[in-house]
This record gives sequence, structure tokens and C-alpha cells, in this order.
Amino acid sequence: MQIRVKVNGVDYTHDVEPRLLLVHYLRDVLRLTGTHIGCDTSICGACTVQVDGNATKSCTLFAVQADGCEITTVEGLSTNGELHALQEGFKEMHGLQCGFCTPGILMTMDEYLKINPNPTEEEIRHGLKGHLCRCTGYQNIVKSVQYAANKLKKEEVPV
Amino acid sequence: MIPVEFDYKKAISVEEALEALSSGDSKLLAGGYSLIPAMKLRLNQPSMLIDIGGIASLKGIEEEDGQIIIKAGTTHNDILNNDLIKTHLPFFHEAASMIGDVQVRNRGTIGGSLAHADPAADWPALVLVAEATIDVVGTGGKRNIKAADFFTGLFTTALAENEIITAIRIPIPANGSRMVYLKFENPASRFAVVGCAVLRSSDKKTTIAFTGVADYAFRDTAAEQVVSGKILDTNTIADAMNAAVYGVNVLSDNFASEDYRRHLAKVYLKRALQAIA
Repeated sequence: MQIRVKVNGVDYTHDVEPRLLLVHYLRDVLRLTGTHIGCDTSICGACTVQVDGNATKSCTLFAVQADGCEITTVEGLSTNGELHALQEGFKEMHGLQCGFCTPGILMTMDEYLKINPNPTEEEIRHGLKGHLCRCTGYQNIVKSVQYAANKLKKEEVPV
Repeated sequence: MIPVEFDYKKAISVEEALEALSSGDSKLLAGGYSLIPAMKLRLNQPSMLIDIGGIASLKGIEEEDGQIIIKAGTTHNDILNNDLIKTHLPFFHEAASMIGDVQVRNRGTIGGSLAHADPAADWPALVLVAEATIDVVGTGGKRNIKAADFFTGLFTTALAENEIITAIRIPIPANGSRMVYLKFENPASRFAVVGCAVLRSSDKKTTIAFTGVADYAFRDTAAEQVVSGKILDTNTIADAMNAAVYGVNVLSDNFASEDYRRHLAKVYLKRALQAIA
């Protein structure tokens, strides 16, 4: 059946099978391979994208369910080639080792920092609940998110 | 992992969903966070999915005649952030904050959770102690099912095959009521290994329910009788712990043996009662 979606600001129309998962649509049809398939069992969060601004595991959503929605993947995070504060944070604070879980974490934390721009360390750890990282032990992921939160605060225009 | 082929229909109204539901081996799709993983494992192979996720009349939270009405398609996250819930049913707010992770809360719905009746889901314990009513509609008309009559077995409810949950009606607890939901969560899935909900009015009438402990969530009437009308002192709480989970067929799995889970249930009852004492 036909779906229309807007992915990272670009409109697409495709004929898809109802059973096609959103993650396969993004990776195999649109060739946006920044979104990763980790566990494929709705646990690890590597496939997280934003659907209408909400962090969503794209392995647990059929592409047909996203018909009419706006989707943001990790490819849509930077603007004009400039890294997003979170991407910069992960780079500066060594927030990744193998990097497989990173795209999903970026998409969840992007939503999270909009809701809670001043998170404590504990709140960041709570916010990371939907993500598994097998390399870092999370220490530097937390520091990376703190880096991004601080940078985003500085970027705000004082009222 | 890819599910077997199925037809897909996006319903725009409850009536349209009901009509589609009466044909063949179809299943309702709300958030999909329980159904889709089961379909990917091919544990569930419906021939048609009826997507009710876009039905506007199934979303929202209202106050009416001393009740809070949560429409069935309301997500856990919408419940978490709702002011009526924070004001009148703070333990629903607490419970919502403990469900899965943000991605689950963004998609999963209360109606879907109740219909799925996972033995370790959080909402069943809450609707039981709050003495909620579950509004359902089928091709034969509407009916209201008391939460106490709703859960009938492992992943099994009083819901007929052609029925849809439309709303959950929760009587607003009287002024001065204390309420709490505590759970020992599985560290990976965040499902309840044991969850204990308690609601106690200022005249000491107390309702207690457990989830995660048995095939389905249940009211612990024996423990309720021990504490109702009494001051929650150390002795009463100890008596309630002794009385709790009596005669219950307690679950046993890789995470918690039957004995450990039974012990946990009593400990969580103690902590819950201490929290509202």
C-alpha cells in the first residue's frame, strides 16, 4: 500500500508491503543506514528515530503506521554540515567506542533535552533507559549528554 | 525478523474498526509494542491488522462526575504528563514513569496494555486497586466491565473477540486518600517482577493488588482485610505480610523463583504500606 512520509525534511511516496518495518524502509528503501538494527526485539534502542518528534523504536513500527508522519533519523540531526551539539558532545567526550548504539541514543537524547534542558546526571541515566551500550559503561555517554546540554544552553539567546 | 504477510487497515473511527474486526482473523493494533514483537517472532499471525492508533475519539483524559476517564488509546507518556492524573491519581503518574522506557511510553497505550494482559504489566494492578471500570464496545453494543472481573488468566481477559476497549473510568479517590505503586523491575525489560499497588482512604478502607506475581494481576483480599480499618503499625503490617499472597499460584522463571517472588511480594507490600502509613 502507498505511504507518504517526510524524512529529514524530504517528502517520499512509496508502495510498501504492510509487514515492512520502518527500520527496513529507512535502511533498505531510502538507504539511510545511520539507523541501526541492534537486537531486533524492541529492547536495545539502536534503531530509535523520531516520529513526529517522539523517540520511537523503528524496529517496532510498521512503515504503514508512519504514513503521514514526519520522521527524523540521525542523518537529519546536523544542520548545513554542522554537527548537532549532541554529536559534538559524543565526539569531544568520547561518548562512543564501536558506535553501534550511538545513533539511537542521539535521537532519544535530542527529544529528552528539549523536554528537560537542565538534567542532573541521575536524570540523564534515567533518560537513557531505553538504550543498551556494550562498550562504554555509559560514563562517557552521560558526559557527552552533559556537554550537549551545556552547549545548547549557551546557544540560547538571552531574553 | 519479519512477520508473516497480513492485510492492513487504518481505522478512522471505532465503528469502522468494529466492522473490520468482525471479519476473519483480524487483530487490533494500537501502539504495537507488545503485538509487533510477538508477530516478528511469529507467535502471533493475524491475517489482518486494524490500526486504531489514529482514532481521535480514543485519545485523551477527562474528568466527569467524580471520575477520571482515560480513553483507551492514550499513551503512557500522555498519562505521565497529564495534570488531572498528577492531581487526582498520583500513583498512576508514578506508575507511568516506571513503564519500560521513553520509546515504549511514547507509543504504548493503557487500553492496549489492559487488553494484552501481560502478567507483569503495571496498569492491571492500578486499575484493580482504584476499582476502575473498563468501557468496551462490540458489534452487540456497549458494556462496562469491572476491573475485578476483567483479568481472567495469562494474557486473557473478559474482552470478547469482537470488542474494543474505549475508556477506563477511575473513581477519584476521596480527599485524604493515600496511594502508592511500587515495583521491583526486571533490569532489562522494566516489566514488574513484582508490583504492588495500595489505595487507602482516610477512613482506612484499603485495597491492595499485585502484578507480576501470578498468571494475572489480582486483588489480595486477605491482606486487605488485615489492614482495613486498622492503624498501620508494625504489627498490622507484619500480619498483612503473613496473610498476603495466600493460596496464590506464584510464577517462577529465570529471573525469580516461586519462593523468591513470594518473598518479594510480601516485602513490597510492607514497603507500600509503610509509604502510606
